[in-house]
Amino acid sequence: MALPEQDAATVADYPEVEDNSNEKKRQLKNKIFKGIFFGAVLFSLLMLLILLVRIFTQGIGFLNWEFMTSFASRNADEAGIQAAIVGTFWMMVVTAPVAFVLGVGTAVYLEEYAPTNKFTALIQMNISNLAGVPSIVFGLLGLTIFVRELSMGRSVLAGGLTMALLILPIIVVASQEAIRSVPSEMREASFGMGATKWQTMFRIIFPAALPGILTGNILALSRAIGETAPLIMIGALTYIAFLPDNVFSQFTVMPIQIFNWTSRPQEEFHFIAAAGIIVLLAMLLLMNSIAVWIRNKFQQRF
Amino acid sequence: MQSEKKRDTMLQTEDNRSTNQVKKETSNVYKVDKLNLWYGKDQALKDITLDIPEKTVTAIIGPSGCGKSTFIKTLNRLTEMVPIVKTSGEVYYRDNNIFNKKFSVEKLRTKVGMVFQKPNPFPKSIYENVVYGPRIHGIKDKKVLDEIVERSLKDAALWDEVKDRLKENAFGLSGGQQQRLCIARCLAIEPDVLLMDEPTSALDPISTLKIEELVQELKKKYSIIIVTHNMQQAGRISDRTAFFLNGEVVEYDDTSNIFSSPQDQRTEDYVSGRFG
Repeated sequence: MALPEQDAATVADYPEVEDNSNEKKRQLKNKIFKGIFFGAVLFSLLMLLILLVRIFTQGIGFLNWEFMTSFASRNADEAGIQAAIVGTFWMMVVTAPVAFVLGVGTAVYLEEYAPTNKFTALIQMNISNLAGVPSIVFGLLGLTIFVRELSMGRSVLAGGLTMALLILPIIVVASQEAIRSVPSEMREASFGMGATKWQTMFRIIFPAALPGILTGNILALSRAIGETAPLIMIGALTYIAFLPDNVFSQFTVMPIQIFNWTSRPQEEFHFIAAAGIIVLLAMLLLMNSIAVWIRNKFQQRF
Repeated sequence: MQSEKKRDTMLQTEDNRSTNQVKKETSNVYKVDKLNLWYGKDQALKDITLDIPEKTVTAIIGPSGCGKSTFIKTLNRLTEMVPIVKTSGEVYYRDNNIFNKKFSVEKLRTKVGMVFQKPNPFPKSIYENVVYGPRIHGIKDKKVLDEIVERSLKDAALWDEVKDRLKENAFGLSGGQQQRLCIARCLAIEPDVLLMDEPTSALDPISTLKIEELVQELKKKYSIIIVTHNMQQAGRISDRTAFFLNGEVVEYDDTSNIFSSPQDQRTEDYVSGRFG
């Protein structure tokens, strides 16, 4: 705080130092831009805070064990989210392994095996584009292929596979980045000892890239948990009074259940929707925390 | 085995008499015949023709960008990791054409180990680093692996420093120790040739000295080809020296000749420090 005074004193002591007016202008500009950027951060934080406060004040009263273990109901007092929670888990059981195997497999091929030619570049470009395709389009794809063409019906399997397709581009890109971050010296060292490509991949590259790959997968899955549009498209139900017991069961998931409650006219349903959102947010926060924890704990520094 | 030991001792006594003289009757590990190499359109190696004798230290010297690293990486075909590389000419490793499809690249690299410019241990324990080679070649017996670890680390003059912490991560070692670990990792699969690509350029003088002493020890058992841009180092540790300039071999002779009476003016300019 004493610094500006000191500066002034220095200028006074050495009059030959010119008072450059441009200097002040630049300092001011510097401060203004800092203010703008901080304001941008503040705005989004404020919005998040308002959202959280609103949801918590509305929903916390309805959040209890009965809510967690009841089925949906016409009566707001008896309505619960159990079927949606279990439905979400079932969907993840299908989505996670399918998306992991296909996504990581694609990433490994593109990074380690694919020749550098125009065809590879085309695939690469389209994967990046796929990440930007609206989720409802994936819903349409799932409806056409899985529900109708492969006659899976409105099942967990059809929904899970659709979600797997939706998050595939995210997983591919994240896994590619993780694989690329393993230094080429590791490859050289392994190849230099007579290891085959597969041995190098399996024993060196993959273990080193795994934390990054897992982080990408978990973040992609948490996106899948929050998605609603594609599942509405393939016709996941909004009212079921039973738990799915295999991959061919009909099902519902949390965001669909929440959407359904908020679209009802009675105000009580809006409160239990808020309670549902709290459960969903808690789940997403948990998954993202796990992702961050894995990244911090296992990421190798080369 | 017996005769090999005998020859080792013969070599040793010979070494004692005159360090930098090569026995004329030793056979060659490498025969390079008119090797050319291009990165895309840029030619990095031009008509390289030379023979590399076994159980000697051959130094490759030359200014930056003269193709010395490219040359040594061609000897175990690591240059092929760069997709735009094209080669012509022949390289024979003990009479096997290394570019011949019947002689697999994995087999070549099993016989020809490599130590790199920057120490590059795997992000695993010291023990796991050393057994990596034997494991990929199918050795599973714990007892055998333990023996290999002890022998390799002893041969790389690292055993006494790490024997109590074999399970610790290799990244915890100092740079010089990491480089000796990389040498131990190569020795674990008992190669025939050791390629060293400026192995001391990232190390401090004391670690450099240790590696140089190690090289003198290792040449009793292995043929060593070492790239260095440190001429004093080449003079200290090598028996034969090849001087590379702009992708060509300017001169290749006994190290003592290269440094005392070079035939080519460019060699003389380089070794006397006038350029490079």
